Amino acid sequence: MSGDLTELYQQVILDHNKRPRNRGKLPTANRVAHGDNPSCGDQCSVYLRLDGDRIADISFDGSGCAISQASASLMTTQVKGKTAAEVEALYEQFHHIVTTGETPEEISDLAAFAGVHTFPARIKCATLGWHATRNALKGDPTPATTEKHTD
Amino acid sequence: MPPSWSNLRADFPILHQQVHGKPLVYLDNAATAQKPRAVIDALVRYYERDNSNVHRGLHALSMRATDAYEGARARVAKFINAADPAEIIFTRGTTEGINIVSRSVAATLKPGDVILCTEMEHHSNLVPWQQAARASGATLRFLPVLGADAEGGLDLAALDTLLTPQVKVFAFTHISNTLGGINPVAELCRRARAVGALSVIDAAQSIGHGPFDVRAIGADYVAFSGHKMCGPTGIGVLYGHRALLDTLAPDETGGGMVVTVDYAGARWKPAPERFEAGTPNIADAIALAAACDYLDALGRDEIARHDQALAALAYEKLSALPGIRLIGPGRSGVRSGLVSFAFAEVHAHDVVTFADEDGIALRGGHHCNQPLMRKLGLTSTTRASFYVYNTEQEIDVLVASLHRILKFFATS
Ligand SMILES: Cc1ncc(COP(=O)(O)O)c(C=O)c1O
Repeated sequence: MSGDLTELYQQVILDHNKRPRNRGKLPTANRVAHGDNPSCGDQCSVYLRLDGDRIADISFDGSGCAISQASASLMTTQVKGKTAAEVEALYEQFHHIVTTGETPEEISDLAAFAGVHTFPARIKCATLGWHATRNALKGDPTPATTEKHTD
Repeated sequence: MPPSWSNLRADFPILHQQVHGKPLVYLDNAATAQKPRAVIDALVRYYERDNSNVHRGLHALSMRATDAYEGARARVAKFINAADPAEIIFTRGTTEGINIVSRSVAATLKPGDVILCTEMEHHSNLVPWQQAARASGATLRFLPVLGADAEGGLDLAALDTLLTPQVKVFAFTHISNTLGGINPVAELCRRARAVGALSVIDAAQSIGHGPFDVRAIGADYVAFSGHKMCGPTGIGVLYGHRALLDTLAPDETGGGMVVTVDYAGARWKPAPERFEAGTPNIADAIALAAACDYLDALGRDEIARHDQALAALAYEKLSALPGIRLIGPGRSGVRSGLVSFAFAEVHAHDVVTFADEDGIALRGGHHCNQPLMRKLGLTSTTRASFYVYNTEQEIDVLVASLHRILKFFATS
């Protein structure tokens, strides 16, 4: 297997793909948002329980490739307990990682997605869950679609 | 020199390259086919020697271009055994052809009328009919697909109840780009005719893969794309039965399609010009004729045999993979040159990414077939589709690659 592929399918990603965290509907959710990647049919629903401005609990559901499912799973673990502004900052960081391959100084599981940048077609997969979460936070009822974003 | 099966790959320059250090194995032919040298040469020759606008000029180049363009129309007519070259309208592709028919027919529909489609249509033969129904108030109905894996094909028995005199249009695909089954188009056209409905065939997947006799089939309208039959992108054909075309309102208006114009209005030319407003895609039409020559020289029956044999072999070998689900016709069914499958544990996009590393071009996704996917409980499949230049050995490369992918995800 080539170096690029091992970079893409990091152990962290494979693990989240196989054993997704926070998967399923969240019964106590007070916000829901749905994300679609029309070019490949990946789907992701995100359920949030917002406590003021803070994500008290989160889950996701959906179907898609290992990259999209693992990214959504990892995302839920990263944003739980964070405020909307903190989530936005994390997303910026994640977006930078998947589009440039540059990883931040502090240790973060998000860095596992650095390999995505050599597969531009897969950036949308990696960001799908994040877009849904950002929409849920904004209370935007329209499904997030990757086609509206440059990534 | 006529093409020969024994040395066919030499005709396709693009095949002779490495992808990620491996020989290219191109198995995405249902999306678009590769082009033989003869087609590429026809394009270059036209631009280097004859390029000029058609129909309006009296100089030598314009006459040459017009002759070649109209010659291409006659060549395509022969390719599908149409009675008259005037029944061949050049379009951008299948999608445009279906849109021309659906928009023009929609103007004649009213509430209470029914448009019948099937559950296996490509979005290109579905969304235009949804629009036509919306615009006219007509009702859109669907002929069901049978079987949990759609292995049963179209539910022909349901035609008895669905094909009522209210049905004005019956639009169906010849070969599903997702399932690979071959629909009995002649029978479907006959059934449509019996209730006075127009038949519209989406021949995108069939036209380059076997014989196609539009008169024997008895179709009113047929749409297909040049790029899936070794021709260039940007050119396609809408066939329309002569008696119908002249009754159909033009979809676009402008130069080239009018007899007389004054400030108040205009009179349309008959078909085909009335549907070809503006400067047509001359070069690609001429190259499409070269593709017709190429495929006819190979033999349409032989092409069908070749592609179907590869698909049957692929089906057989893929069936042995653990956790695979194959959709479309089963082992005993007739399958055109494609195989569509899904793994329980590995998503189609991961499969395609890994196969690409082995130099294999596959397609993963919903194949512009979202409602059918949903019906089958799938979000995506991986599709391997074959054409004249593919070999049995390439199927072995595919199977080996899939084994490697399954192993990687099983042990990760
Ligand atoms: C069955 C079928 N119909 C229609 C189309 C649309 O063809 P085009 O994109 O060339 O207009 C395709 C091509 O993907 C197809 O496979």
